[in-house]
Amino acid sequence: MIDSTRIQALIQAVEQANSAEGLVESVRALVATNSEEVIPTLITVLGYNNPEAAVIAVEGLIGLGEAAVMPLLNQLDEYNYGARAYSIRALATIADPRALDVLVTAAASDFAPSVRRAAAKGLGNLQWHQLSPEQGQEAQDLALKTLLDVSQDAEWANRYAAIVGLEALAANATGMIERIRNRFEQMLSSEADLAVRSRVLMAQQKNGC
Amino acid sequence: MTDFNPEASSDTAAPALTVEEAIANLRGTDLSLRYYAAWWLGKFRVSEPAVVDALIEALDDEADRTELGGYPLRRNAARALGKLGDQRAVPGLIRCLDCSDFYVREAAAQSLEMLGDRAAVSPLMQLLSSGLAAAERVPGRPHFTQPCEAVIEALGTLKATEAIPLIKPFLEHQARRLQYAATRAMYQLTRDEAYGKPLVQALQGQDVVLRRVALSDLGAIGYLPAAEAIATASAENSFKLIALKGLLEHQLTPEANTLSDDTIRVMKLMDSLL
Repeated sequence: MIDSTRIQALIQAVEQANSAEGLVESVRALVATNSEEVIPTLITVLGYNNPEAAVIAVEGLIGLGEAAVMPLLNQLDEYNYGARAYSIRALATIADPRALDVLVTAAASDFAPSVRRAAAKGLGNLQWHQLSPEQGQEAQDLALKTLLDVSQDAEWANRYAAIVGLEALAANATGMIERIRNRFEQMLSSEADLAVRSRVLMAQQKNGC
Repeated sequence: MTDFNPEASSDTAAPALTVEEAIANLRGTDLSLRYYAAWWLGKFRVSEPAVVDALIEALDDEADRTELGGYPLRRNAARALGKLGDQRAVPGLIRCLDCSDFYVREAAAQSLEMLGDRAAVSPLMQLLSSGLAAAERVPGRPHFTQPCEAVIEALGTLKATEAIPLIKPFLEHQARRLQYAATRAMYQLTRDEAYGKPLVQALQGQDVVLRRVALSDLGAIGYLPAAEAIATASAENSFKLIALKGLLEHQLTPEANTLSDDTIRVMKLMDSLL
């Protein structure tokens, strides 16, 4: 276990890094502590506009799992879509259902396409069993409704992400597969974009949707 | 080239126009409204015969001039006509290849590429008839003598194998974008791996802008061996998704109802970038 003084020194190194490489190295060292104490700093790094450092921070946050969920939700950056996309990606991968409302809002209406796509994918993958049966049903219904809406978006990449979310939902949630199958059938008959069509085919053929 | 901005919201609503208003504005007297209408009609792909007629007329506009002698309305009209997919625009766009304004010539070449009519091949080749001199910098301007990139890309897309000897000298040009355009066209014209690989290597370059250009080129030629390199390139996921979509679409036909292992491989990479 690394002691707190050492961790504070590492946090300071991140805050005071004066080169891109220095930042990346400091963030790496911070992640290596595997300490929950560094979570707020890792989240701050997502807004530094240094993709390499941000990717390392996201992996660190994912590694810390549930402990990172509330800080990620509370520290969500409303003014920086780059930072927000990293946070949503971390939340989507940790898959804690407490992120449901944030993912629903992000998938349905975020300004930035990268945020919407990450959220749509994440909505299919949440750990529903962590909720009570009643809560779980309500949460899954909301995820399904959101993804069905996104599957009608004007932008191909959002529709593509919705299919990926729906395919996962069909596999993880209970009692949704018929509605998802029907939607995929509809999409096949109306979808003009070849890439989106073929993603529906893949969901049908690989996962029986 | 594309006007697709991967990180821009799809809902950034410009002042709303009706189609009738846009056509009226295009023929009106307010120069800024005319300019805007031409852009708007292309942006929203309003492909109606009356729109195409009005835009073709605008290719000969003399009213809207810049201080340097440019033709802003002609530029926007030429750009819009490429997006509307109406072949009636081809003769007008071919005439624009002789326009004194570089940006009109560039827009016309890009739109002729999109319209895919081989009638454009010989006029496009004319623009490269001076060889590398076509790619000399115009003093005091941010462009070459001719819109070489756009012309070369168009010739590649139009499968103009007769242009290979004209395109080859540009493979070694010191301007990377132009070099990539020539490499991309040579791949399209020969399907030779020797022209796919350099674009994959370009994904390792230092400059993120050039990496994005290489991503777009690989997507445009559908170079399947690049799939993994695209997915791991250091660039925004949006650019990588578009490139992989290009690879995927080169493997697909509208009728096909089965998927090859290659298409599944590409889609799994796309899933990982969401």
